[in-house]
Amino acid sequence: MNAPAQATPEEAPPLLTVEHLTMRFGGLVAVDDVSFSARSDHITAIIGPNGAGKTTVFNCLTGFYKPTSGRLSVEHPRNGRLLLERMEGYLIPRRAGVARTFQNIRLFAAMSVLENLVVAQHNRLMRASGFTVLGLLGAPVYRRAEQRAVERARYWLDRIGLTASADMNAGNLPYGAQRRLEIARAMCIDPILLCLDEPAAGLNPRESAELNELILYIRDQEEVGVLLIEHDMSVVMQISDHIVVLDYGRKISDGSPKQVRHDPAVIRAYLGEEEGEEERPAATEQPD
Amino acid sequence: MALSTPGASNASSSRPFDTVAALKESAVVAAMVFVLAIGLLGFHIEDVTGGLELVTRFDAVAVAVVLGFCGRLALIALREGRPLPVVLTAGPIGLALIAVLLYVQISGDQGAVRWLPFGSVVMDWVVGIAVIGFALRALLGIWRSTDMRSAEERDAAMDRFGAQVQRVARVLGPFLLGFAVILPFLPGVDRRLLDIGTLVLTYVMLGWGLNIVVGLAGLLDLGYVAFYAVGAYSYALLATHFGLSFWVCLPFAGIMSAFAGILLGFPVLRLRGDYLAIVTLGFGEMIRIILLNWYQFTNGPDGISGIPRPSFFGLPFKHYAAEGVTTFHQFFGLPFAPIHRIMFLYYVILVMALITNLVTLRIRKLPIGRGWEALREDEIACRSLGINPRNTKLTAFAMGAMFGGFGGAFFATRLGFISPESFTFIESAVILAIVVLGGMGSQIGVVFGAVLLIGLPEMFRELSQYRMLAFGAAMVTIMVWRPRGLLAHREPTLRLGEPPPPATAKGAE
Repeated sequence: MNAPAQATPEEAPPLLTVEHLTMRFGGLVAVDDVSFSARSDHITAIIGPNGAGKTTVFNCLTGFYKPTSGRLSVEHPRNGRLLLERMEGYLIPRRAGVARTFQNIRLFAAMSVLENLVVAQHNRLMRASGFTVLGLLGAPVYRRAEQRAVERARYWLDRIGLTASADMNAGNLPYGAQRRLEIARAMCIDPILLCLDEPAAGLNPRESAELNELILYIRDQEEVGVLLIEHDMSVVMQISDHIVVLDYGRKISDGSPKQVRHDPAVIRAYLGEEEGEEERPAATEQPD
Repeated sequence: MALSTPGASNASSSRPFDTVAALKESAVVAAMVFVLAIGLLGFHIEDVTGGLELVTRFDAVAVAVVLGFCGRLALIALREGRPLPVVLTAGPIGLALIAVLLYVQISGDQGAVRWLPFGSVVMDWVVGIAVIGFALRALLGIWRSTDMRSAEERDAAMDRFGAQVQRVARVLGPFLLGFAVILPFLPGVDRRLLDIGTLVLTYVMLGWGLNIVVGLAGLLDLGYVAFYAVGAYSYALLATHFGLSFWVCLPFAGIMSAFAGILLGFPVLRLRGDYLAIVTLGFGEMIRIILLNWYQFTNGPDGISGIPRPSFFGLPFKHYAAEGVTTFHQFFGLPFAPIHRIMFLYYVILVMALITNLVTLRIRKLPIGRGWEALREDEIACRSLGINPRNTKLTAFAMGAMFGGFGGAFFATRLGFISPESFTFIESAVILAIVVLGGMGSQIGVVFGAVLLIGLPEMFRELSQYRMLAFGAAMVTIMVWRPRGLLAHREPTLRLGEPPPPATAKGAE
């Protein structure tokens, strides 16, 4: 599973390049000079103990925070090289094709499962509906576009096994299904990079295995790069091609799962004290 | 004047009835009633010759305490599945109360009032109806032989009911519409009834307009009347200064209001919930105060009079027309009747309301409508999907405001006179109440809400002093009983091929 990292030629520019990203909240440095890159044929995992700044990196990438300094660039196949830190939040998914999910699931709970997936195709449908004018007049152009959107939604519903619940309210789905739906919804915006914030949190082992399959499918069949925050080591070690380890906002390790697993800095900060990661006595010494 | 002691013994239910606990709970309630009543009922300031006098009414306090005690006891009995004693005590007492009240009302014999617990007709009507309500509830309990259901079951049942009503509404809608169309020609429909119909339809239209902002986009707007005012003044000023006709001005009124909506939208983009409500409230008041003080432009508190009435494709509704102008009745060879104009206005607002409804229903199924609903559900998720929250919110404000503006223009042409007094906060509150009462996002709910809140109070104008009281009571009841509104049930805008299931699977769990 980790083979493609070595097998593919390295000339192609990485999909996402993060350079010297720093995010300060007042006196607190949440992310401190972090650089890494993610490739479109990779599942890149960001791991680290609680409060290491993983979600902050995500929020910077997806425009919810403006980074204090650093450069975040995405190589989009059609739109060229885009600098995320200069874009407005809602344009990042639209132009740069960066989609994300949330640690605490954010579905449109009172809307149906199908509608959740159709809303994700909002911008394309808005253009097809002539910014509402054509749609209001009932133009066939719009009806066809809507049909296509439903087809796309159905494709993803089949993939995540929720076709039967398509007309249910999203808020009434079981927890695991909500997680999968959120991923499918993010995929409906046609991203080139999918950022998953703890997708396996709260899943049982069977659901977790299904999730792994889905993420691998997204990488291999949809050819979308995946960036992943995860606490569940079984998920991380099984499926990721590339791991970035953060601790106290700093990058302490970066490499293939095998390299990371044997990195003494990581063992010291994280893996070695798996049981008691909340109280970390060794955390005072900061590895460089 | 005790009304019920449905306590201890005779019921034959399996569960033992804990008399002591029931009495204790009722005593607590009675104590709470005492604390409230001693201040609210116990002292009364009366106007007597030579000044004011403090009158004590401890008898009323005592009655209130007894009522509180017995009412709680009755509720406990219902909860514990012993409706029979409640029927046996509350039924006769309630009937007796109502009988005395009817006697007083019909004969005008005020002497009998002293037989009533509070000695005040209105208060005793409330008590009488409440007692009868208890008895009926208990009777229902015997008939169904079920205990009082839990709040969730009730909510689920109401949701099923809402879904049923919406299914029925699809069939009923055309009938209601047909009824609305032929209403002016029905026997016994006079000018007063038509006026009420026109008023109700105006509020239905405003409710549908506000429903876009509040129900779909989830932006709580307490200043909707501002757009109503902008529309009314746009039409009034354009018509009186430039002599433009109603039909020419109507789009302008809508555009001006939509513009006002965007103007309001910009500063409140970042606000949500309570904060948004307060700013919109302020905006509503600002518009009213501007209208009041910009004397040169709006004629201030004097208002604008002589606003032209709408014509029927250029045919005015007048007895005698100016030189060279054919009037409506001349053209159709009818005898002149003032009701023609009333009927015409009724149809104008009917058509305008229908257009509002059609546009809203249609827009709900368009990406912009789904975008509004998504924004209501989760703004952050919307941003992560590339939906521009700013534009989406602004279009919701503009669209809602536009329909408010149309309504305002109609209001101006119907009355022929407008002044800032017509656009006070209470109007916003009423429109919002219609939307909330009917069920946010529900189109048929708004119709029910408008009939309930505008139609009924207009029908019973004689009881006008208690209208706001009834209004408040209705709102409190809805908020306790069904916080999402009477008919809040959302049908998905899209289904996946299969026809909608015959029974809602959702309510079952």
